[in-house]
Formats: sequence, structure tokens, C-alpha cells
Amino acid sequence: MPVQLFIFLAVVSIASSLGVVVQKNPIHCLLALILTLITIGALFVALDAVTVGFLQIIVYVGAIMVLFLFVIWLLNLQAEPVPIGHLGLKFFATIAVAAMAAELFVFLSKTRTALGEVNVAAGYGSIDSLAQTLFGQYLMAFETTSILLLVAVIGAVAVARRALPVRASAGSPRPGAPS
Amino acid sequence: MAIDLLIGAIKAIVILLLVLNLSAVLLWFERKGSALIQDRVGANRAAIFGIGKRMGLPNLGLMNTLMADPLKLFTKEDFVPEGADKFLHALGPFLALFPVLVTFAVVPIGDAIQIGGRTVQLQAASINAGALYILATIGVGVYGVALGGWASNNRWALLGAVRATAQMISYEIAMGLAIISIVITFGTLDLQNIVHQQGGVWFGWLPRWGIFLQPVAFVMLLTAGMAESKRVPFDLPEGESELIAGYFTEYSGGKQACFMLTDFAEVVLVAVLVTLFFFGGWQVPWLYGDGFHLGVHQLLLPRVAVVIVGVLAFWIKVVMFCWLQILVRWTLPRFRYDQLMRLGWKGLVPLGLLNVLVTAFVVVLATGAGR
Amino acid sequence: MIVSYSWVMALSAAIFAIGVAGVLLRRNILVMFMSIELMLNAVNLTFVTLARRMGSMDGQVIVFFVMTVAAAEAAVGLAIIISIFRNRETVNADELNLMKW
Repeated sequence: MPVQLFIFLAVVSIASSLGVVVQKNPIHCLLALILTLITIGALFVALDAVTVGFLQIIVYVGAIMVLFLFVIWLLNLQAEPVPIGHLGLKFFATIAVAAMAAELFVFLSKTRTALGEVNVAAGYGSIDSLAQTLFGQYLMAFETTSILLLVAVIGAVAVARRALPVRASAGSPRPGAPS
Repeated sequence: MAIDLLIGAIKAIVILLLVLNLSAVLLWFERKGSALIQDRVGANRAAIFGIGKRMGLPNLGLMNTLMADPLKLFTKEDFVPEGADKFLHALGPFLALFPVLVTFAVVPIGDAIQIGGRTVQLQAASINAGALYILATIGVGVYGVALGGWASNNRWALLGAVRATAQMISYEIAMGLAIISIVITFGTLDLQNIVHQQGGVWFGWLPRWGIFLQPVAFVMLLTAGMAESKRVPFDLPEGESELIAGYFTEYSGGKQACFMLTDFAEVVLVAVLVTLFFFGGWQVPWLYGDGFHLGVHQLLLPRVAVVIVGVLAFWIKVVMFCWLQILVRWTLPRFRYDQLMRLGWKGLVPLGLLNVLVTAFVVVLATGAGR
Repeated sequence: MIVSYSWVMALSAAIFAIGVAGVLLRRNILVMFMSIELMLNAVNLTFVTLARRMGSMDGQVIVFFVMTVAAAEAAVGLAIIISIFRNRETVNADELNLMKW
């Protein structure tokens, strides 16, 4: 991919992820997260993972973020005041995060291979080859994931449901029934 | 390299202008068409400098709808309600309009033409995964509505926005399933390829259009598309007699114009999708690369004329389906919200899944694809 | 200059670090959840980059699964958050300290 495109996408994604972490209004954080996800989806497409890139936008931006939005609406979250306190936690957290970032940079920057140097197969990243690998080698994982999704849906409904109202006549036992 | 960029930019601008102009003309269609259907006159007041008054030209309502109304909308005061989030209030119309217009980048309006030794596809962006791109951009269109309602600081606007968001994400699934059936039938995600495969005829007279292969998906796509664009009979989020204007109650001036434009641009989008997938796109029956061939008769035409006939045919089909949506709007009453949700989840989704299953079986048995 | 794989990996490391900072420094549970999604996406970016480097599709299949599992986790996690809010009327992590000694 051209350098200008990568630099643009990198700057936008870092700026919006900082926006997620820094902003006070949860809806602004959500919008910044949506921008980050779209940028990362664009990076996927630029890295020849076309199907996964579009799936990222369809699934993550189009569905999961709408779920977040609905929860923010339901709980009616407002912009929170500037937090004070926890200075100890913030200090040590900042040092820890900086150390982790530095370590990641050092280890992940070892490779100097340029993007154009590796040639990939003709149908790389297309829905064809993704389907071949997914339903060929990873069929068991695929079926397990579908069961996982079913369990998640049932679990979410069961956890978020309001408690069922107790019937008024449930207290008195039936005559002849063991109490 | 520079020439490629220039050609791409010209294609993008041309298709954007085509869509925006068609949306504006659709506004006129809607007002005068609804007047025809409801046996009344419609907009016929404004005429600039009395042009054609004696000839009865204002009765057509063209000046009124196409010039006076947009002028009024863009010069109105643009106010933000008290206590509303200014940034989100301004972002809402943009997030609603942008994804819909961007979707038209992958729409092929004609066959490839040769300009100066270079093959130019009449498609602003020729990507391999056109159908996936359409699904992605339609998914992003939810946020404009959601933020528009939330940022208005108005509980009825919020109610409209919540209803609209729930309705849109429900019918996205039905739309996706219809598009999946089409993709399985034609074996490709590329829109130009899908249109190419709809050329030719069966038995010498029946065009190989997608509607004969996937009638169920046609009905599903049309229904889900009308629900996505929140048009009657699915317009409860907008609820003209219940919620005033639903999620765009607190919008005036240019921002309201953006929401209206989104409505009509989505009408065009649904018409374009239906034309591309089910009615052959720019394919005209019996028109091949070098002219008309019908049995033994033939009418040879230069290549440019063939392409132009294809483009005209495409836009005629699109306008026909826009008119169909306008007809449906002014014929059916509005669905109640639970009826709407029931139709989406208990009606269209199982039907779509069944359609995908049957399509997959038939494709595998008929072509022996896969091992 | 030509884009090399290490640049994309560095970008994903940066996004991951920002996500970790979000989880540690914010007290609103929903924003912490969003930072977790940031971390997941940074890891997805790493997988896709390495898959491109190796020329294999396995990395993309893993990304597909991570996306699916993240969707399931978001659904259940948000349901739990709603349930907590119903009981305690707050989404501030400091006030959810019933199990603290």
C-alpha cells in the first residue's frame, strides 16, 4: 500500500483510540471507537485481507457498536465529571503501559521486510480462499463458534431480563400437597 | 497513474451528480405522483417571475419543488435545540447521508468502453467484493439516525431514533440474506460480473435475468430495502402523524435537507440494487456486444451506441423501481411496530435462511460445484 | 519509503497500549469495555499482518473467530452491565466494591 495511505490511516487510528480513552462523554468515546474500527478495517483491506476487512465493518461497526449504543441509551449515561483521585494507580499504570509499549515496539520492529517483497497467491484474502480454509481445516472450530454464539444469545437474554413477577396466590399451598 | 486518478475522479463525480439529481427529481415525482394517486393537485404555487403562468406551467410544480423548496431549505435558520450536543447534532445528517452516497461507488452503469486504447469500466470503483461493500456501507448508515435522535435533546426524537435503529438492524439481516442468495446463484461478489452473467436469453426469448432464478430474494430485497430506508409502510420511526417527524424533529434548514436527501438517495439505492441483481442491470434483451440479434434478424450498431443503450436501459429500470416504491408508499397503511418487528424477525429471516439453503442445494446439484 | 511489516506491527502495539491505558485509567465500566475492544482489534491487526507476511490464510481465519468471540463477549458483558446497573444504579467501577475486603 502507498506510504501516504498508511501514514494517514495510522494517524487517524491512533488519534481516535486516544479519543476513546480520553473523552468524558460515553457517546463521544463510542464515535471515536467506530472511527478506529473503520480505520483498522481499511488497513485490513490494504493488507490484502479484503473479506476480513469488510466483515470487520459489517460485524463490528454495524452490529457490536450498535449494541454498545443501545446500552448507553438504556442506561442514559451522561458525560461524567473529571475524575480525581487514584493518583497512585494512575502513576504506576502510566509507567507500566509505557514500559509495555516500549517492549512491544522493540520486539515487533525486528522485521525489516517491506510489504511488496512478499508475493501472495492470486486469490489471497478473497472470500473463496477464506471459505476453503474455514470450512476445510477449521470446520470443528466453526461449528463450536456457532454453538458459542447461541449460548451467548441465550445467556445475554437470561442475564439482562427483569425478574419475573411473583404471583400473589403462590404463597398458600394446595390442600393435600406436601408443604 | 495521473490519468487513472483523473478518470476515477471523473467517474466518481459523474455518478454522484447523477444520484443527487435523480434524488431531487424523485422529490418532484413523489409530490406530484402522490397528488395523482390521491386525486388532488399537489404543489403548484411557486413560479419565478411568472414564467409560463399563462401556459399553466406552474401546475407541473417543477419550479416549486426543484427550485423554490431547496432554496427555502438551505436559507432557513439552522438552530440547535437548547441543551443538545452541538457536535453530534451536526454530525447526524452527515453520518446518515455519507454512507448512502458512498455505496454508489461500486454500481456499474454500463459495459466497459474503450477510450483512446484504454478500457474504462463504467463503475467508479471496480472491486472484487462489491456486494460485501454494499452490505458494509448500509450497516454504517444506522448511526446517522441514531445520533440525530439522541442529539436532539427531545424524548420523542429519541423514541423515533430507538425505533429506527432497531428496525434498521433487523432488516439489514434480511437484506444480507437476500444478497447472499444472489451471490450463491451467480458465484461472484463482483457487481459487474453479476450483470455480465445476466446477458443472453433462454429459449430464444426469455432474458436470463436474476428474477427468474431468485424470485423469493427479489421480494425480500425489495421489502427489506423499503424497511431500511424507513419508507411507508415501515415509517413508524418517522411517524408523520405520531412523532411529528420522529428522529429529525429538531432539524431545520440544510440538515433537514440532508435527511430528506438520504431518504430519496436510499430509494434510488434500493432501485439500483434490485435492477442490478434481478433485472439485468444495463443488459437489454437481445442486445449483444455488436448490436441487436433476434433469431435471424440483426441490427448492427457501433460499440459506443450499444453502451449508451445499456446505460439508458439501466436508468429507465431504476426510475421504474423508484416509481414502484412511491406507489407502494402511497397505497399501504403504516405497520404497527410489533407487526414490523415480527415481519422482520419471524417472517423474512427464516424465509431468507430457507432460501439460502435451497439455493445452495440447487447450485451444488446443478453445477456440481465443490467436492 | 516503502511500508514494511514492522510499521504495521508498531501501529498495532500502539493501539494495544492505548487500550491497556484505557482499561487501567478509566473508571466507567463501559469505557473500560470499549478499551478491551480496542485491544482485541490491535491483536486482529497483528494477526492479519503476520498472515500477509507468511502468505497463509490461517491468520485471517483466526481474525474471523476473534471477531465472532468478541461479539459474543460484548453481548454477554453488556447484559451483565445492564443487570448491575439495575441493582446498583451506577457504572462507576469504584462503587462496585461489594467483594472487596
